[in-house]
Amino acid sequence: MRPFDYQRPETLSGAHVAARDGATFIAGGTNLIDLMKLEVMAPDTLVDISRLGLDQINTHEEGLHVGATVTNSDLAADMRVRQAYPVLARALLAGASGQLRNKATTGGNLLQRTRCPYFYDTDTPCNKRSPGSGCAALGGEMRNHAVLGTSDHCVALHPSDMAVALRALDAKVEVEDSDGTRRAIALDEFYRLPGDRPDQETTLNAGDLITGAILPAPFGGRQTYRKVRDRASYAFALVSVAAMVRMDNGRISNVALAFGGVGTRPWRDRDVENLLIGEAPSQKLFDTAGDILMKDAVLYDGLEFKDTLVRRLLTATLTELTQ
Amino acid sequence: MKTSFTVNGTPCSLDLDPRVTLLDALRDHLDLTGSKKGCDHGQCGACTVLVDGRRINACLSLAVMHDGDQITTVEGLSENGRSPLQSAFVRHDGMQCGYCTPGQLCSATAVMSEIADGWPSHVSDTLAGPYAMTREELAERMSGNICRCSCYPGINAAILEIAEEDVGYAEAAE
Repeated sequence: MRPFDYQRPETLSGAHVAARDGATFIAGGTNLIDLMKLEVMAPDTLVDISRLGLDQINTHEEGLHVGATVTNSDLAADMRVRQAYPVLARALLAGASGQLRNKATTGGNLLQRTRCPYFYDTDTPCNKRSPGSGCAALGGEMRNHAVLGTSDHCVALHPSDMAVALRALDAKVEVEDSDGTRRAIALDEFYRLPGDRPDQETTLNAGDLITGAILPAPFGGRQTYRKVRDRASYAFALVSVAAMVRMDNGRISNVALAFGGVGTRPWRDRDVENLLIGEAPSQKLFDTAGDILMKDAVLYDGLEFKDTLVRRLLTATLTELTQ
Repeated sequence: MKTSFTVNGTPCSLDLDPRVTLLDALRDHLDLTGSKKGCDHGQCGACTVLVDGRRINACLSLAVMHDGDQITTVEGLSENGRSPLQSAFVRHDGMQCGYCTPGQLCSATAVMSEIADGWPSHVSDTLAGPYAMTREELAERMSGNICRCSCYPGINAAILEIAEEDVGYAEAAE
């Protein structure tokens, strides 16, 4: 690990001051410390935001406000989340291990880096780690890689379960800039596609600090999070779906679907939802939804299975929620 | 950087490079070598300790971030001799090489607290709770602790025995 300066401010304004010359914020550190050990990331300054009082979950005019340093464990255990946002509780519980969920935070989970093995291997080229160096995944071993939203420069998958649920929930990321001005970024606008700059993963500006996530009250109906992985627990998704479905008179009256394990960012396709709304559930409908979802998929060698798997998961999940 | 925390009830003050992980602080600076370094990347769970009663991977945490915290390692699970859980591990032969055992013990101690606190898991049928220590819940909740000797039958038997004997054990042990 490279040497760094460590600062632990006690106020938000203090955090911005500590970070004024450029810094990396740290909260749980479960991903960042690992990346620092491997020297994939080597910040000069770490600003510890774990003691700024951002660890509260409060009711909010739109629904619920989750502080940036609320741990994944606390969020999943919160009775308001379990009752009104079960898709989020289930997504959180499907991720990582008990130990990691106790440290991993809401803000950190949003910003966790890909698990592409070439990103972690500093002996190989990687446009995300070292822009312009190339991509070792293309032509290399592919399994936990993206099939949607990829570019010729990067096929890295966004690994989060939590963020997939948040995207289905139309959550917003609350951000405070270095002047102390707060704004909310819709999750739809939060993640960038890799394009030719896969190192730029979000629309955050330098100095921005995530202070929380805003969860709008979900539309009524049923919610679920389903995750398919190589082993039964403690593994990243091969394919996952966060789904909310409302039925009225035998027809789908509202639906939100976000997918993990397939995209370079938590994936949501409104064309799929628009197809489903107003329709009666049928295998034919679900097949068409799968066609729309995967119409622009790029299936490199080793990733063909995701096309079948995501369609089956879509069918299984919609069948369950529309019965 | 000056850092103070309490380990197994004993206040400790250290002057640490900020790069030192909590695991290395415990092992190399405080000579508490019970907590083990397996993968050093948060994948195996051998380094599991309790911080303010909650289990974490000590290898993925910087010691300087724990100023003021209450830390419990395997050495602190029992004030004298073995805790009931530790005795159950011996009785059920819940180890072969023993390298993962400190992490298994700390993790299992916390799992019992989490169930007592009504925390759901991935395999829970309902999010409403309460939950009991079934074999399925145990396997899910302990999935962050790998045993490469694959002594899971003994580990599971030990934890299940203690959980069945006294669901309030975890609180009593704190």
